[in-house]
Amino acid sequence: MAAALVAPLLLFLLAVFVLPIGAFLTRAVQETDVAPVLPRTVAALSGWNGQGLPDDAAFAGLIADLKEARVRDQASGGGAIARAAARLNADWPGFRSLLPLTARRVVAAEGPARETLTGINEDWGTALPWLAIRRAGGPLTDFNLLAVLDLKRDAAGDIAAAAEDAAIFRGILWRTLWIGALATFICLAIGYPLAWLIATAPARAVPWLLAGVLLPFWTSLIVRTAAWMVLLQREGVVNATLAALNITDGPLPLLFNRGAVLLAMVHILLPFMVLPIYASLKALDWRLPRAAVSLGASPMRAFLRISLPLSLPGIGAGSLLVFIQALGFYVTPALLGGANDQMVPYFVAFYASRTVNWGMAAALSCLLLLAVALVVLLYGRLVGFGRVKTA
Amino acid sequence: MTPSRFLLWSTGVLAILFLMAPVLAVLPLSFSAGSFLFYPLPGLSLRWYADFWSSDFWLPALWNSLRVGSVAALLAGSLGTLAAFGLWRAPFPGKTLIMAILLAPMVVPAIIVAVALLLAFGPLGLTNSFTGLVLGHAALGAPFVVVTVLAALQQFDAVQLRAAASCGASPARAFWRVCLPQIMPGVAAGAVFAFATSLDEVAVALFIAGPAQRTLPRQMFSGLNDSISLTIMAAAMVLVLISGLLLLAVTLLKRER
Repeated sequence: MAAALVAPLLLFLLAVFVLPIGAFLTRAVQETDVAPVLPRTVAALSGWNGQGLPDDAAFAGLIADLKEARVRDQASGGGAIARAAARLNADWPGFRSLLPLTARRVVAAEGPARETLTGINEDWGTALPWLAIRRAGGPLTDFNLLAVLDLKRDAAGDIAAAAEDAAIFRGILWRTLWIGALATFICLAIGYPLAWLIATAPARAVPWLLAGVLLPFWTSLIVRTAAWMVLLQREGVVNATLAALNITDGPLPLLFNRGAVLLAMVHILLPFMVLPIYASLKALDWRLPRAAVSLGASPMRAFLRISLPLSLPGIGAGSLLVFIQALGFYVTPALLGGANDQMVPYFVAFYASRTVNWGMAAALSCLLLLAVALVVLLYGRLVGFGRVKTA
Repeated sequence: MTPSRFLLWSTGVLAILFLMAPVLAVLPLSFSAGSFLFYPLPGLSLRWYADFWSSDFWLPALWNSLRVGSVAALLAGSLGTLAAFGLWRAPFPGKTLIMAILLAPMVVPAIIVAVALLLAFGPLGLTNSFTGLVLGHAALGAPFVVVTVLAALQQFDAVQLRAAASCGASPARAFWRVCLPQIMPGVAAGAVFAFATSLDEVAVALFIAGPAQRTLPRQMFSGLNDSISLTIMAAAMVLVLISGLLLLAVTLLKRER
């Protein structure tokens, strides 16, 4: 009976939340770009041991595959060859031009397959492009998951470091965690005294102080981001005011940098820190620190040994809320940050919308979800979920 | 006042100033007679509000936001209330796991939900549709309803349900006539939370809404990406007023509890 009441929402969330996300994440290990374009080649290469060169079936298969794919691309206006080339290029640089070039030239080609291909480009006489095709043949791959860790499979199929210009993702992950940690720490440093003040202020001041936290809390994220943009931009409020007061000679570059992103993130996330800490401080038995002081502890010692430990669940809940949300921030860094301030969510959006590379978008999402899950689990271990309170 | 109290008060007041000032500082710009984004204002006028009102996309965007938010809140509110009642009523196997699934939309980054829904809704024809956006926003808002209604049920005495049953009421009738009226402030507050979540949401709207479903935050996002006009400040003012009303509603509902 009780389960039947939960079922509608559970099924709803399974349908529009859990399953879509699950299906999306599996894209990270699916290999879909190469095998449909080069089915015979992939089949022929599956029997190859990777030593020397593949047999003639692979060469003949590639020619037949490319002829067919070219006809299909021209008929549908699709870019299947280009997509396969882009995927292969990520593994073995050179494919972006090699595959389309070969596809154009084989149309008129006659004679033995092996000589035809090596005649078009001598790279086909080496093992490297064939190995790349074999690795990309699918149906499953660890290519994307390795790529977001700045790793790849080398020619022998062993895991190795990615090429330097492709090895950007560890840096992006650290940057995301670093910005999140910094925002959490600043929120805690500002939020704890504020929560303490609200919890200890005279009763008639409390509603006003709370309103000062809740009003910004309820204001749209996009409005608060817009406010910072208008304040900080070149011809914005801050620069105009500084110039009018003759403090600066020219406009300061306040926008599109790390500082602007952090400032706005702290501004947006601060209430999430203040409210749980306030809730735990309000529930605190204030006779305990007073008793400690009356027993001879200094106020500092009473705080460190009594009040602070008792408010730890609030600190934990606030830090969890702030850190997790900071990891997922997309809109604010996208609008206020420069190229070097973008975090993992930005690149998920980038791969999903600009380059339509679902594999990389999914692999980065896996990374992000893993980070969030680890933080949540760590919190469950340290604090426990029974005590999570939101205002 | 002791020095430490003074320090505490000044820190706290500065923090609140930091929270309030940015938005309060830029909103008056929307009444400017000029078109610059700084002070002093060349004069006062309502021209940017007139622009908001008469443009082809701002007012429809506001309408879309209100419509999507209302339907999503209604959907999340009813499903969430039922689920919370079920969770509260009796323990059953896998309750922890189910709770984790129900609350997951709170912690999963919105951008992942957005891209996943774009992929899943595409073949179903739900992208670029009102229905798709409502479904996505309802999923994001539902956990807030569950949490709020569960909190409201803490105050409800379960004995009343047994009393209703002994007087001959069916379980459904007992819920509808005895329990629901008492937890109604919590249900309403949960629905307001869900509405606010939808009204605040950019990522999902960015990825699965078409031009005809553009919401106000989505429209502001595009505006901020191109060139900031003062109409955006007028739109921000509208959003701030709506948020204020929502906060007022939740505060009153809390008091009623």
